[in-house]
Amino acid sequence: MVTLCEITAGAAEASIWGVVGHVLLLFLFSFIAAMVVMTFAGLSVVAERKVCAFIQGRLGPNRTAIPIVAAIPLLGNFLKRNGLMQLLADALKFLFKEDPIPGHVNKFWYMAAPAMFLAPVLIVGAVIPFGVYWSDGSMHPIAVADFDLSIIFMLAISSLTVFGGLMAGWSSNSKLPYIAATRSGAQIISYELTMGITIVTLVIWAATMVENPLNIFEVAAAQSGLWFCITQPLGAFLFLVALFAETNRLPFDVSESEADLVSGVHTEYGSFKFGLFYVGEYGHMALASMLFVTLFLGAWYPFPGCEWPSDWGWISSVLSVFTFLVKVAFMIFFFIWMRWTLPRFRYDQVMRLGWSVLVPLGIANFVFYLVLISL
Amino acid sequence: MSKEFTYPEPPMLSEGRIGEKMILNMGPSHPSTHGVLRLKLELDGDLILRCDPIIGQLHRGDEKIAENMTYNQFVPYTDRMDYLAPIANNVAFALCAEKLAGIEITERCKAIRVICCELSRITSHLVGISAYAMDAGSWTGFMYCYTQREKICTLFEELTGARLTTSYSRIGGLARDLPDGWLGNLNSFCNKFLPALDEIDKLITRNRIFVDRAAGIGIITPEQAMQWGLTGANLRASGVNTDLRKDVPYLGYENYDFDVVIGAGGDCYDRWLVRIEEMRQSVRIIRQAIEKMPDGPVNVANPLISLPPKDGVLRNMEDLINNFMVVTQGPDLPEGEAYFEAENPKGALGFYIISRGGGVPYRVRVRGPSFVSLSIAQELLPGHNISDIPVLLGSLDFVLGECDR
Repeated sequence: MVTLCEITAGAAEASIWGVVGHVLLLFLFSFIAAMVVMTFAGLSVVAERKVCAFIQGRLGPNRTAIPIVAAIPLLGNFLKRNGLMQLLADALKFLFKEDPIPGHVNKFWYMAAPAMFLAPVLIVGAVIPFGVYWSDGSMHPIAVADFDLSIIFMLAISSLTVFGGLMAGWSSNSKLPYIAATRSGAQIISYELTMGITIVTLVIWAATMVENPLNIFEVAAAQSGLWFCITQPLGAFLFLVALFAETNRLPFDVSESEADLVSGVHTEYGSFKFGLFYVGEYGHMALASMLFVTLFLGAWYPFPGCEWPSDWGWISSVLSVFTFLVKVAFMIFFFIWMRWTLPRFRYDQVMRLGWSVLVPLGIANFVFYLVLISL
Repeated sequence: MSKEFTYPEPPMLSEGRIGEKMILNMGPSHPSTHGVLRLKLELDGDLILRCDPIIGQLHRGDEKIAENMTYNQFVPYTDRMDYLAPIANNVAFALCAEKLAGIEITERCKAIRVICCELSRITSHLVGISAYAMDAGSWTGFMYCYTQREKICTLFEELTGARLTTSYSRIGGLARDLPDGWLGNLNSFCNKFLPALDEIDKLITRNRIFVDRAAGIGIITPEQAMQWGLTGANLRASGVNTDLRKDVPYLGYENYDFDVVIGAGGDCYDRWLVRIEEMRQSVRIIRQAIEKMPDGPVNVANPLISLPPKDGVLRNMEDLINNFMVVTQGPDLPEGEAYFEAENPKGALGFYIISRGGGVPYRVRVRGPSFVSLSIAQELLPGHNISDIPVLLGSLDFVLGECDR
């Protein structure tokens, strides 16, 4: 497999400037991938506010304006009406507020926690194939990194987010964040199991189609026929539920349920550190949507059994990225829709659901496909 | 609210090794405590072992304040007790003073007061269930309820000039008669409200997650409910068939056709269902009141109690003097004492007035239903999870303004 980065690697052998250029390009690609995830996180903040307003019969943010931008005839009004400048205003507010560190916290871990929470999202964003391009007669992912164990990498890195919450809760040295941290740790680890089992089921199913089923791009590409949400409906459902729990979204947001734990692990945070948590949450949601689309919802394929023709060249590439992003936007809408419709589970109900319903179902699903494949 | 008062406070950790349990302070400023309630909890993991509600952060000394002003001047203070049903408080206070004075108010005044009481019951229950839904995690249920409540507040604004602090009742009558066309607005609100209530009902009542959260939580047996002195919807949810509007009819409630809603299990879910159904019954009462709204004056024709008509004040010296006397000296009530309980949205709101004659009460005592509803929390909460606290407190539906007074 050849990725965008590896194309430039050839130049690296030529001279020292080639090496520098190669490294710079790597940084650039990483930056772009991180920006895509961050942009989705930011846009999903706006989307959350607008969609919830729509669901609740309100207007949502529609007043905030940046002086010069708002004066642009059509665009300014459009941005204002759709609350897009509200996003900027909120971000600026987080940046410019005073950033007090409470006296009772463990400063190192307290400062490290928000970064620990956000970083895995951006790292995992590197393996997500946002689309495809054709070169040398074969299909390549538009991704920062494309390697053979990318599914394992994705699972390993995304599990690290649990440490962000645990570190924040523990270092805050305060009771409500501590309770929230124990809850979120237990919850994420429990649902990781369901997630793992459904992915294993997916991998053994994909192994019958592709030569390298642990490569997320090859698994996604294997959906040129039927999408995996059609061939593995139960697996897709379990994976989706686990994603909701992993991202701490309602109905599973017991770890930051504002009704009893004030604000969960973020209680002692303010200003930019809280902003990082906030963006991290939405980054998780955006990433979870991307993962679901990639693994189960046909990635860049427009319809089941249909793909963008390779002889259209770059137009197909653009269309593939567009398809992927539209699906991700739909998934984000789905996440938001669920949040504003359902009440919240109680913590013990979440754990019971995870261990006594989802895990057995996941194992049954796994055994079913194992038998199906070996027949 | 400890059962016995000791000073200094006894150590909270009841038994076992110290360090195994945790003391958690919830409140006074906490999203789930519905005002400035502080809960001192002893926790074993997520399990509550002991709960000590500490109230009084909103104490304003309303009862003492009442001794320094005329009866009519105290009406605005009753707004601030149960601030979710201000008109019902106004009416309950006026009814108590009228009972003391032995005044029989006019039929039109009674009908208007019934409408006001039932409207405020709807607003109060809407806020109650919306906060309850929000505590269970459903923000949309909260917004749906508030959309309807805003419409009622607009009706109140047309009627009294204020959305929340209505101060509508006067001793022997009301501050003003109904505005033109108000009953029509009210009727069209009722027509639109019932489908909206069904929508709220569909969104939350049958939701599996909500049922799991609320059913079987915080069960109050009928005996327990009566021992703790619960009243209103909380008592009826435990299966006790009692309603002051039926048992001791006032304001002519005996002429209206409505059902007393009672629950079966006494858990949080029943308290939800009772409140939803009581709103439907309130709409029934309002519709009957609109239909047979009598004509005539709203204030009693007693110059010692109520103000003279405004055009008389502008033309006649006697009326002007009368107006001046009633406003400055207060309605002239006889010597004596009276206790009156009204079926308010939160429960039985009682006023006890001792009068030494004249326009100022000698002593006023308020029996706040929220205080009683809250006091059972210390018995209900132990044995539940931390996450049950918001649902339990939401289902008890108390207001700290009335609890602390």
